[in-house]
Amino acid sequence: MAHWFAMGGYAMYVWPAYAVFFIVLAWDWFAPALRRRRLTRELRGKLARERTRDTRAPRAEVST
Amino acid sequence: MSRSYLPHWIHWLGSPPNFYRFAGALRPWLMAVALISAVIGLYGGLVLAPPDYQQGDAYRIIFIHVPSAWMGLFIYATMAVAGLVALVWRVKLAEVIAMECAPIGAAFTLVTLVTGSLWGKPMWGTWWTWDARLTSELVLLFLYLGVIGLYNAFEDHRRGARAASLLALIGIVNLPIVHYSVQWWNTLHQGSTVNFLDPARSSIAPTMLWPLLVMALATHLYFFASLLGRVRTGLLSLESGKQWVRALVGGQPTPTTGAPT
Amino acid sequence: MVTVVRPTGDSIATLHRARTAVPSALAACRALLRRDFVLAWRRRGELFLPLLYAVIVTALFPFALGPDPELLARIAGGTLLVIVVLAMLPALESMFRADLEDGTLEQWLLAPQPLALLALTRVIAHWLTTVLPLIVVMPLLGALLNLPLKVLPVLIVALLLATPLLALLGSVLSALAAGARRSGILLALMLLPLAVPVVIFAAGAIAAAQADMPFSAPLAWLAAALILAIVLAPLACAAALRIAVES
Repeated sequence: MAHWFAMGGYAMYVWPAYAVFFIVLAWDWFAPALRRRRLTRELRGKLARERTRDTRAPRAEVST
Repeated sequence: MSRSYLPHWIHWLGSPPNFYRFAGALRPWLMAVALISAVIGLYGGLVLAPPDYQQGDAYRIIFIHVPSAWMGLFIYATMAVAGLVALVWRVKLAEVIAMECAPIGAAFTLVTLVTGSLWGKPMWGTWWTWDARLTSELVLLFLYLGVIGLYNAFEDHRRGARAASLLALIGIVNLPIVHYSVQWWNTLHQGSTVNFLDPARSSIAPTMLWPLLVMALATHLYFFASLLGRVRTGLLSLESGKQWVRALVGGQPTPTTGAPT
Repeated sequence: MVTVVRPTGDSIATLHRARTAVPSALAACRALLRRDFVLAWRRRGELFLPLLYAVIVTALFPFALGPDPELLARIAGGTLLVIVVLAMLPALESMFRADLEDGTLEQWLLAPQPLALLALTRVIAHWLTTVLPLIVVMPLLGALLNLPLKVLPVLIVALLLATPLLALLGSVLSALAAGARRSGILLALMLLPLAVPVVIFAAGAIAAAQADMPFSAPLAWLAAALILAIVLAPLACAAALRIAVES
């Protein structure tokens, strides 16, 4: 196992390359998920605000 | 719109709510197969494949470097085709697809550059050389960054998407020109010619080839899975005022015969 | 001229009247050129800014690299080429911006003259007012960097071919970025991939001239690319302007 990790002396090139590959792709996978969560939270908040406004002042549309 | 020459399912899929649900259903399967094939490919590449008789174990970077390089070009082509559709037919979905391609392509191109650098150091003794392929790859990264930057510089996302699509199309004409001009330039400055990347030595052993191809399959599937996820988010953002998004997010009952979620 | 009134003659006459009412494409281009020159002349102080920039950067190089005449002579050609490309950048950004803001571009789109032709005219005016002065002072800048005299004509010819090419390519990018909020560094980022082949061939001609080798091939390539760009770039520029104007 240690022999395998040593990669014939090239461990300091091979493993960072694989690390970069997985870190960059993990970023690519999780960044949109975060964006999506933020977006849905904003949309949900907007909808909730609209709903409370509608129930509190059903005739608010007249004034606008 | 007389687009009757297209099959019906394309029209169905072109509608954002339909695509949203279709992508959501397909995405986990794509990612699952991508992960499984990545595990198989990496096991084959890192464990089963023997060391190279010239490069020792350093060549094992090939199993991520070459698939990433292929993906960089493949994603650019996908982006350009989607951009062309967006420009000519103004399909909203094509705009979103083209623009969501760009960050994934930039990620793969960055991986290609960094892993190539890490491979070049022990093999050629240098992190970087102005070879035609390396320079083209760097230019490809700049093309991606230009598309992303232009798209984000617009307040109106649809207009930004069309402008960036046109830039992507200009880039696809430019890329071969860059490649061949750098080749010409390298023959002019004979000192820095690199022939380590000699394509004549491309006779690769089958034990090394199959993990490479499996990894290529894994990266393609990963790209589609990632793209579908990004397009879903992009559609939510672009259509945030629409009824189907409100129903989806707020759990509000849909009065129209819209999309059941 | 005797006109015979026939049933079709009426429509021909209206057509003729309509054609005389609309200025020809050439006349429109001439008017646009004149307008751009007048505008440039009214702000002639700004025309000196790229020149000043080029002189300052050129003067900094010997301080950074040391005054060794042989070293300067070796790098002078390529350095001046890069300086000219960089000096072109700030002006490129504003090629269409003012016209977009005051609504002139919408008139361009509505005009009966082809939009691509108007865009080409704008590029010509832009090149004549902002880039040509840079080429005119090249002998002076060359002297500052100890550029060999035999290279100077090749450098000037290379610049005369490369800078219009860059201005044409830059016009497309400028039109694309015109509708965006900010575009300073963005334009440089977008121009870099397009500028790489142009710089390579221009520098190739200069390097060949410096080494007493035949330098006509890269210049011919540049000329061919320029002709291609004169035809294609205005069309792409027109498409980009349509995207920038319509909402």
